[in-house]
Amino acid sequence: MLRSRFRRLAAAAAVAVVGLGALTACGDGGGEDETSSGPVKLRFLSLAWQKESLQANKDLVAKWNAEHPDIQVEYVQGDWNSIHDQLVTSFEGGDVADIVHYEASAIGEFSKQGYLADVSKLLSDDFKGQIDQGVWDTATFDDKVTGVPFLLESQVVIANKKLLDAAGIAVPPADGGWTWDEFQANAQKLTKPGQYGAAWALKSPTNRVLNLALNYDGKFFYSDGGKTEVKVGDAEKEVPKRIHDMIYTSKSASPEALGMSGADTLPGFFGGKYAMLPGSVSLRQQMVEQAPAGFEWVTLPPIKGLSTKQAANPQTLSIAEDSKHKKQAAQFLEWFLNPTNMAALAKGDWLVPTGKQANQELVKLTNGKQGWDVAADSAADLTVAPFQKADGYPEWKTKYATPALQQYFANKITLDQLGTQLVDGGKQVLR
Amino acid sequence: MFGKPSRTGRTLQYVALTGYLIFLGFPLVWLLSTAFKPPRELVQLHPTLIPSNPTVQNFVQAFTEQQLGRAALNSLQVSLASAVLTVLVALPASYALARFRTKLGTVALGWVLLSQLFPFVLLIIPIFLILRQVGLANTHAGLVLIYVVWALPFALWMLQGFVRNIPRELEEAASVDGASRLQVLRRVVFPLLAPGIVATALFSFISAWNEFFFALVLVKTPELATLPVALARFVGIEGTARLGPLAAGSLLATLPSLIFFAVMQRRLSSGSLAGAVKG
Repeated sequence: MLRSRFRRLAAAAAVAVVGLGALTACGDGGGEDETSSGPVKLRFLSLAWQKESLQANKDLVAKWNAEHPDIQVEYVQGDWNSIHDQLVTSFEGGDVADIVHYEASAIGEFSKQGYLADVSKLLSDDFKGQIDQGVWDTATFDDKVTGVPFLLESQVVIANKKLLDAAGIAVPPADGGWTWDEFQANAQKLTKPGQYGAAWALKSPTNRVLNLALNYDGKFFYSDGGKTEVKVGDAEKEVPKRIHDMIYTSKSASPEALGMSGADTLPGFFGGKYAMLPGSVSLRQQMVEQAPAGFEWVTLPPIKGLSTKQAANPQTLSIAEDSKHKKQAAQFLEWFLNPTNMAALAKGDWLVPTGKQANQELVKLTNGKQGWDVAADSAADLTVAPFQKADGYPEWKTKYATPALQQYFANKITLDQLGTQLVDGGKQVLR
Repeated sequence: MFGKPSRTGRTLQYVALTGYLIFLGFPLVWLLSTAFKPPRELVQLHPTLIPSNPTVQNFVQAFTEQQLGRAALNSLQVSLASAVLTVLVALPASYALARFRTKLGTVALGWVLLSQLFPFVLLIIPIFLILRQVGLANTHAGLVLIYVVWALPFALWMLQGFVRNIPRELEEAASVDGASRLQVLRRVVFPLLAPGIVATALFSFISAWNEFFFALVLVKTPELATLPVALARFVGIEGTARLGPLAAGSLLATLPSLIFFAVMQRRLSSGSLAGAVKG
């Protein structure tokens, strides 16, 4: 009995050892492209994750590979939650993908460390002319353009059409949104027992507040003579104050939504508990996929303060400085992001393309339905914000701004205390 | 010493036990429910446990979009190899540590504990560079090597505890009967260590099966990705996720562990030593 057990154990061990031998064959052996005489091989690390977007990316890569036998692209999928760690390791280890998908506010750090190539010299003027300079600026660090911005996310308002109609509120045209005063007044009209006019999903409030603060020219980060500091004046206070007022003074915004992400508010929205959801344009995708049959929703244009300006943090495609095939990678990028393809990618992700022609093609392709007219119009309001260029922003955001804003929106501290905490945090981080 | 529990006491025990089972089982039941719900039912204001319109579409999407079948096979290969190799290395080492009490052994155990203090992030870049140098980066063998090394300290601690529980008298009796040391190990010690070996194998298997970060960073080729890495792709920006396919994939990911555990758990009972040195 014991003997047979031991034999089984020995057999399992032998199988494992043989298996390990076989496993060593499961890999690319770390072969380098430049030593082979075949086609150039590029690795493309993509963060597409929505079903349609994933398909659009894969289809485009397959099409490129079929049309360009001399430059073959391998599609590698990453994920948003671990991309930063993955890139840090890959850059440090010298084994990064040739083309990397990320976002403008996050590539600055890699750019300053020299890990990303300056694409301005690799791309044609025609291609560069398709994207506004203001958007290029979001991916420009120390005069080097280290990412091609291709998808933008603006903040709009998704509303329950039936509730708007019942309250006698007209849907504004795509190019003429409500002012903050009008938005607040309409939220008030839509508020009744068991129903809030709006739900501000403020689980991660910092980016949202700083993006919208540009409505009143609130910059938060000010640079003078090479020194950057955080300032919180009336302009910076306006948007948080208005949101706070909606929750605690007029009680037209749900306090429950404070700890929610955009997607968490959907059950309440579909259930008629919230009439309007201020949120990203990409929320429309969930509306299409998850709204109950017969539920009517509309996309309202961005809210207007002194202007409708919002901070743009576009998704970007960068070329690794260590790539052996930068020229071919740029060639692929120009094709991958041509107007038609960029429109397809934006449609898949329910975001706004950065290219002007792509934007027009997308509106034509969709007939402006499902909020695409509003999304397209909102692109003009997106611009680079000072916080996106501030070196210590990620740390300030995590350590100081997010906790302070959460306390303010939970009514635990005053607006002045919020300002003080943000400024003090800035002093700690931007020393 | 303790009297027979009263009827009330017994009832309360069962209530507590049932409550604990529900607490443990509920996430799995909810996962099962979510995996079969269509997108619209995932955002109901008043969610139901039983889907109104059950669908297998989430499973279809999970498999077609992310090659979960291949990823599961990769995970199975890597986890099995890690489990077997960890046991193979830990078994003799733990015996030596438990039976030959020397200063070196104490230092070794201390070092084993100390090694657990280093966080993943600190080690990942050096590990990546070393694996690259020896040609094991982007291979399952490299991943198995890391998993074995990572699981070994705990496996050693666990197994040496089991070794200590085996009475020395049994080995001595076998020696007196003329068995060589190798025979003592083969015929007496290792069979009695079966529960410990099973526990160690389970621990190594489950750690490798669930491991994400090393698999993400060390394996670049999509075809070699393991299940946790493939599942992470259903999670989007700032915590948003495609809940349906994610639940379907996660449900499938828990099955092998459950099956492995169900098959091995009866071996965990250590009743074979009962009465071994009596009389």
